[in-house]
Amino acid sequence: MEHLLAEWYDIRDLGNAVGHFLTWVDDRGGPSWLPYFVSGIIGVVAILLWAVLSQLGFVWIERRLIGRIQVRLGPNRVGPFGLLQPLADALKVLTKEMITPANVDRLLFWGAPAVVVMPALVVFAVLPFGEHMQLTDLSVGLLFVIAVGSVNSLIVFTAGWSSSNKYSLLGAMRTIAMLISYELIQVLALLAVAVYTNTMRMGGVVAWQDHYNVWLIFLQPLPVFAYALAGAVEINRTPTDIAEAESEIVAGYHTEYGGIRWGMFQVAEYIAGFAIAAIVATVYLGGWTLFGLEEWVPGWLIFLGKVYTYFFLFIWLRGTLPRLRIDQLMGFAWKYLLPLMLVNILVSGFEVLIWQEKDLSAGVVLPIFAIVNAGLTVAMMVGWARVMGHTGSIGEPRRAQLISDVGGVYYEPLPGGRA
Amino acid sequence: MDDTGSVVAFWALAVLTVGSALGAAAVRDLVRSVVCLVATFVGVAGFFVLLSADFLAVAQVLIYAGAISVLMVFAIMLTPRAERNNAETFFRWPALAIALSLLGTIAAVALTTDWATTGQGFEETASVIGNALLSTYVLPFEIASVLLLAAMVGAILLVQED
Repeated sequence: MEHLLAEWYDIRDLGNAVGHFLTWVDDRGGPSWLPYFVSGIIGVVAILLWAVLSQLGFVWIERRLIGRIQVRLGPNRVGPFGLLQPLADALKVLTKEMITPANVDRLLFWGAPAVVVMPALVVFAVLPFGEHMQLTDLSVGLLFVIAVGSVNSLIVFTAGWSSSNKYSLLGAMRTIAMLISYELIQVLALLAVAVYTNTMRMGGVVAWQDHYNVWLIFLQPLPVFAYALAGAVEINRTPTDIAEAESEIVAGYHTEYGGIRWGMFQVAEYIAGFAIAAIVATVYLGGWTLFGLEEWVPGWLIFLGKVYTYFFLFIWLRGTLPRLRIDQLMGFAWKYLLPLMLVNILVSGFEVLIWQEKDLSAGVVLPIFAIVNAGLTVAMMVGWARVMGHTGSIGEPRRAQLISDVGGVYYEPLPGGRA
Repeated sequence: MDDTGSVVAFWALAVLTVGSALGAAAVRDLVRSVVCLVATFVGVAGFFVLLSADFLAVAQVLIYAGAISVLMVFAIMLTPRAERNNAETFFRWPALAIALSLLGTIAAVALTTDWATTGQGFEETASVIGNALLSTYVLPFEIASVLLLAAMVGAILLVQED
């Protein structure tokens, strides 16, 4: 804790207070491992508290927002504006009976919900909430978040398989299939970031964006889109919640779970959602920086603002889009996104090479790259979609397409307005 | 490897790794066996962390615990006779003999080798490994990638319908 910025009461970075506390512990002549131990405990407890509180808040926000999108009220009975609804739900889930079906593999059936929250929480260890508010700045942070995410899907698979229920097994298989498809996309999306920033540290990525005063979303528009989609797939949220599609396979991998075991999957899904939002906010949206505003506003508030804004996008998508089919989603990853991502890596590599070899100034070269990449992204997406045979109908639909598609008869309205 | 924390971590990881490896071999149920194997991979990743090889540790989790085990799960799911699980087989004793001789070889090599340690510590192992792969060891690296490409093309050819 040698580079303390400010006094302990400086709330722009809560790391200050923790740092002062640790120096105080150190000055009292405690053993050398004690500060590490204490700071680890503080970080873990803080992240846990934040995650649980955010979740309780967002359960309410999501249900109200979805209600608004779907033109209904949403929960509004328990407490003012239904604010206590998440607490009531939590109590209900905690006290519900947990039923264990007869033929399940008991060890795995009980083990999966016990560990399912862990990967989602571990991701936050490498994400900086502020300059000094990071549990550990791993030198391979970008890889770490992907690796941990892939373990998550394996736990979900274990849950589905051990239920010995065909719908659970189908959900589990879908999870694994989507993991294989979209892990590749995630790696390629974050690889482009590493190519640009020349580091895999989360702190380093944020520092790079701070130093050049540019968010990577402007330099890498295609990976942001791809990562957002891959993240949504990984956490099973609604446009892509194929592993638990209730219209097809009951509730997918958690069909047989009830009570708090089901609750654990729900908590894990939410926290993983925050994790994806936090990764996007850190890697592509500048983390805790906001073009100098972090001097006045606490960096962690900026970061939380970005995370919550991004999570709002998840909710909005959930309320707006219908669920995709599994073959559509898999085909989209392999046939559409993968070639584009490979081209993007190549282009990014060339750009960084030109930048470094010619020793150009960042102020000139980064705007050009941003424009080139944006243009290239749009051109590639439209062009590749055309090549794949999706022409798309642009303009106002004159009448419902579905009627003619299914061979129905459509009568042009009579001049008088009667059909 | 001198302070208490490292020693405790080493033995905890050793118990996890060896115990789950034994479990992977001994458990009858194939999916449980895969889960045990994943625990082994995670334990090995922990050893890499203890050795300050953080890139290798994350790569271990990503590739082995994340990808290879998924491949095994797929293999189990798509094999018609998988419900037979780890049945009695004719190869039990030959397999044990081969495994024991392999163990003996590895142990002998590990005990007789003069393990060279670099004097300086690396700040970031990822960049050191990357530089080594693309300069000193570029030929094996390229050969490996061509081999993987050939395997991929071969797999596509095998399952092609026409």
